[in-house]
Amino acid sequence: MTALAFVDPVFESQAVFRCVMEAMARPGTIVSCGEALAPPAPLAPAGAAALLTLADFETPLWIAPSFPEAVGDYLTFHTGAPRAAAPDRAAFALVDLAADGLTLARFAQGDPEYPDRSTTVVAQAAALGQGERFSLAGPGIRGEAALAFAPSPADFVDQWAANRAGFPLGVDLVLTAGARLAALPRATAIAREAR
Amino acid sequence: MTTTATSADPHARNANIEARRRAMALIARARLDELARPIAKGWPAHGARDLKPVESGLVMLRGRVGGDGQPFNLGEATVTRAVVELPTGERGFAHILGRDGERARLAAIADALWQRQDARAAVEATILAPVGQRLAADEAKARAETAATRVDFFTLVRGEDDA
Repeated sequence: MTALAFVDPVFESQAVFRCVMEAMARPGTIVSCGEALAPPAPLAPAGAAALLTLADFETPLWIAPSFPEAVGDYLTFHTGAPRAAAPDRAAFALVDLAADGLTLARFAQGDPEYPDRSTTVVAQAAALGQGERFSLAGPGIRGEAALAFAPSPADFVDQWAANRAGFPLGVDLVLTAGARLAALPRATAIAREAR
Repeated sequence: MTTTATSADPHARNANIEARRRAMALIARARLDELARPIAKGWPAHGARDLKPVESGLVMLRGRVGGDGQPFNLGEATVTRAVVELPTGERGFAHILGRDGERARLAAIADALWQRQDARAAVEATILAPVGQRLAADEAKARAETAATRVDFFTLVRGEDDA
């Protein structure tokens, strides 16, 4: 049986869009979304909500091979998004941090005329708000903010520095865990928090 | 995307697609009662559920002058879409002109039932055949009405013949 998506697509996707925008505008803020969704496991409700809202027939979607076919079927059926052949062709990508790790450089970085043509990576974490803490600075943050998530790649800070070095190119990251979501846009500077 | 059982023979596959197209085209033009009555009678417990909420939207209609001119945007039309799934797993889709959500939903159910091997013959007989007959009759009537107003011009006398 195919799992259902939004019951009221117009208003629910608008509400999720507002949440994702809030998370992107204030990096480090954890928002709740997608509580009502029951996507096929192991796709988390927040990731499902973000992709159901943002992806459509014009945005190729790349799904990491660790996700079963049921997840791809669910997302393509409800969004109409085509499946990208490779991560560097994708407008949106779905990865699981525990199963797939995270390699930011393999995704589309955009091109100088159109920096928006980079991949927005929806990375599913086991936990948000706990785990390794990172301090964040940059646009949308007064002073400094912090974000913790687990599992985090060992070289995450270095990868992010490389991602940010190419500004205005680079990928944007959306982290999800359960029905919670946080975002790290490419403009944010990340440092490992001193213990 | 669902992986349906694909036939190895591309001709058989094309024939299947053509058959489904024909069925969906007829279903999309069926009136509400032409769908509601046979479905209520033949499959009262079809158990179909909506996979996506029934939605109305706009599609751009494209036109060509004389059938072979440059395509241009003629205007927008309201369409209503329904997607349902039967308990046996068949997905039915329907796009109909207008805003009648109930008709769109019944059309999607008819499409899903048509895909079921054990129901196809009954759908053909109770839904598609009557709709096909009505459409053919409507078209014949329109042709007859048009034909009645036809004027054939011909020359009775050409001036130079008198000379």
